Amino acid sequence: MVTNAKEADAAIGLEGGPAVDATRRAMLYEFWYYFRQNRGAVLGLCIFLLIVLVAIFAPLIAPHSPSAQVRGSFLVPPVWQAGGSWDFILGTDAVGRDILSRLIYGARFSLFVGLVVVTLSVISGVIIGLIAGYFRGTVDTIIMRLMDIILAFPSLLLALVLVAVLGPGLFNAMIAIALVLQPHFVRLTRAAVMAEKGRDYVMAAKVAGAGNIRLMFKTILPNCTAPLIVQGTLSFSTAILEAAALGFLGMGAQPPTPEWGTMLAEAREFILRAWWVVTFPGLAILITVLAINLVGDGLRDALDPKLKRS
Amino acid sequence: MSEIVLETREITRDYHIGGGLLRQGRVIHAVKGVSFKLEKGRTLAIVGESGCGKSTLARMITMIDAPTSGELFIDGEKVDISRNGLTPELRRKVQIVFQNPYGSLNPRQKVGDVLMEPLVINSDLPAAERRDRAMQMLTKVGLAPEHFNRYPHMFSGGQRQRIAIARALMLNPRLLVLDEPVSALDLSVQAQVLNLLADLQDEFGLTYVFISHDLSVVRYIADEVMVMYFGEAVEYGTREEVFSNPKHEYTRTLFAATPRATPESIRARLARKVQKAPAPPQPARA
Repeated sequence: MVTNAKEADAAIGLEGGPAVDATRRAMLYEFWYYFRQNRGAVLGLCIFLLIVLVAIFAPLIAPHSPSAQVRGSFLVPPVWQAGGSWDFILGTDAVGRDILSRLIYGARFSLFVGLVVVTLSVISGVIIGLIAGYFRGTVDTIIMRLMDIILAFPSLLLALVLVAVLGPGLFNAMIAIALVLQPHFVRLTRAAVMAEKGRDYVMAAKVAGAGNIRLMFKTILPNCTAPLIVQGTLSFSTAILEAAALGFLGMGAQPPTPEWGTMLAEAREFILRAWWVVTFPGLAILITVLAINLVGDGLRDALDPKLKRS
Repeated sequence: MSEIVLETREITRDYHIGGGLLRQGRVIHAVKGVSFKLEKGRTLAIVGESGCGKSTLARMITMIDAPTSGELFIDGEKVDISRNGLTPELRRKVQIVFQNPYGSLNPRQKVGDVLMEPLVINSDLPAAERRDRAMQMLTKVGLAPEHFNRYPHMFSGGQRQRIAIARALMLNPRLLVLDEPVSALDLSVQAQVLNLLADLQDEFGLTYVFISHDLSVVRYIADEVMVMYFGEAVEYGTREEVFSNPKHEYTRTLFAATPRATPESIRARLARKVQKAPAPPQPARA
């Protein structure tokens, strides 16, 4: 009996039926088709996935512990230079730690920072933007002027001030960066909500008796997601960059955390003597940010209906 | 039988426009004192040109906007949403179908969810029951059960309008306001949707307020006709009265403006054109 009912459900396209799966798959395929058109985006996605894998399997991949100091091998150059050894492929830093292992572990921190910052700023930004765009009037004016003030500060300076107030550390740096990035989400959400709010389907839901909360979150919000996804991706890279900058200025992750920005800060005095100590963390930041930005651009192209050729 | 579902008394609606730094705000009287009574199971057609207040009137009847002055009675009960708010019972009595079926369905909501949403909000039926009702309504408006889990973009305009009608009927309303429900559809589909509306009216004993600017549609579906002109009801009566003996000048102009496709009328129009053609060209005005 139960299986019969299930089959009947599936036949008319209820939960788990082939029809639903088919439309989902078709939508996903369409998205992938447009995403694939952009070679750079696919390349960026590959690099990003590689970095994610490296971060997840860091203990398995890394040849050394990120904080182990090997006595007697300070500032060992990379393999291909005279004096390099296969023990330390990318060389060691001033206190004898393997740079490759530190970079591999550092990927964890960078991705973690990106994820937490984007989550924080998306959630708060979307809710605030939804309120501003939905209720308009005085609430809107107050919220938007506040956001304008935040945007008027140079973002790094504001983050620096916040961290100085909260106290240095990776977690406080993440909060500060999230606060700095959040006005972009507020603006985007507000604009999208204002455009959607006047549409007939919102009015229809209202006539059906939907309350404000339902209209905001169930009716309007799902139709505003495309620009938010794109902005979220791009903010991911901004967050990594700003965390690195804060780390470099000594306000982010504290040593001996193998965070890329902090690594740069520690290596500052050896720039002229040992180029590898600064170059590799810098390259790691560059490649990660570039890959994510490429993915973000590809997402924008794939999700923007105006760019689709049908 | 003569149960009055909807009554308005001198209902008006004003909009305040502008009021900038240098300009004085203006008041636009969108609807100026419209009164009518509508019995159960009848259809009132409201016709008029664009911007004459038809849709504003519809929004007041649907209790989306409150009237500026005047009284609105639904089932003999006085409604004042600006003072007393809106109860769920009142909400379910009046439903609306919008003109544009491409804009009135949430693109991210499956048809089944579109139909079940009014029940989720207004009733505490169990999920299985809600689904059964939605499924029944889907077949009633001429769609198939397999459409239940599809998204609106997979449907044609006529099918979408059927979905919109089904959604409006989910709460068993007494009164259905149809705001130009067939204007965005092509002719053959218009006929199908109109027939569907007529069938549903018989089946559920619905009362319709049908807003249109298409007089042939009005002649087909209406029992009573009201002609609006700049916010006023210039003509109000049964269909036969209004169509056979229009009293107001504007109504006559409106009827005369309806294009006719009979051979005689085409011949007459051509004859008029030929007469007009030799007239000397007008000098350009600076």
